[in-house]
Amino acid sequence: MELLELKHVYKNYDSTKVLKDINLKVSKGKIIGLLGKNGSGKTTLIKLINDLLTPTKGEILVNGKKVGIESKEVISYLPERTYMNKQMKVSEVINYFEDFYENFDSKKAKKLLKDLGLDINQKLAKMSKGMQEKVQLVLVMSRRADLYILDEPLGGVDPATRDYILDTILNNFNENASVIISTHLISDIERILDEVIFINDGKIVLQSDTDELRNKEKLSIDEIFRRMFKC
Amino acid sequence: MNISFDNNIPIYIQLLDYIKAYIISEQIKSGEKLPSVRELASMFKVNPNTIQKALSELEDIGLIYTERTNGKYVTTDKKLIAKIKNEYALKIANEFLDNMQKIGINNEEALNYLVGKEEK
Repeated sequence: MELLELKHVYKNYDSTKVLKDINLKVSKGKIIGLLGKNGSGKTTLIKLINDLLTPTKGEILVNGKKVGIESKEVISYLPERTYMNKQMKVSEVINYFEDFYENFDSKKAKKLLKDLGLDINQKLAKMSKGMQEKVQLVLVMSRRADLYILDEPLGGVDPATRDYILDTILNNFNENASVIISTHLISDIERILDEVIFINDGKIVLQSDTDELRNKEKLSIDEIFRRMFKC
Repeated sequence: MNISFDNNIPIYIQLLDYIKAYIISEQIKSGEKLPSVRELASMFKVNPNTIQKALSELEDIGLIYTERTNGKYVTTDKKLIAKIKNEYALKIANEFLDNMQKIGINNEEALNYLVGKEEK
């Protein structure tokens, strides 16, 4: 049984066709890059998998069952934009997560935050954008989930912090879970990816093992992407 | 360990070469235990699956072996290590000669560069 499967999924916003016939299978123990230009449909696809949007047509299965309350328990999602109340202290957000998610490991979260040099008594509003992104990533990675979906986790942070975030993802993912990372910062991330999915104009144009693709094209994933989607 | 990977080449192939070099230069000795997949993944900062792939290729050529439940070890077959070292050295030498050829230097002249005769 696949961890995640999408069968002929379509999504329209009024008359705009955002996703067209998406078919996708994701198995356990993989780190997968969801790569596409701005406006290609990445975030819509992610929201559908998280059951925050309903497909116009088609089916989305997590562990063989249609997405819903059960799938929300096993998917840990980092949205593109923060939804946390910035007046809260980090420690308060941790309590909030603990109440909300049964599979949240607050010990782990506190340890990771400490490793990152973040003060849990600080208010989010007092933190820089990069620090807030780190906090949010830690919270998401501290849930014992089957599927982690990270929508643009590297957007607002400097290259050194990017490396740290990638390490955090690597060190905290286990054989029984998978991670889907959407990004357009491909060169920063491609060394940790098992598989890539290229999405363009609402369609999946490629799904491949990363090293096989490099071997075939004799190019980096970043370069392959640039050539394929040259404006 | 601070290694920068070339994104144009499959990562597992680069890992394969790194670990091979470690073994044939005896930084990890014959019969010695290798770090775990997780440890290697965090050392090289790559995906554990990629480490697994590189290790399974090393196992295919016999340079390492798995002791059930106990981890992976460098072969005790020193002849094999010597053979692989020789192949590796030949590969590096050929790359050097190929590069020299590209700039119009034949093998004999290339040798002179190596022994310093061309330095004036």
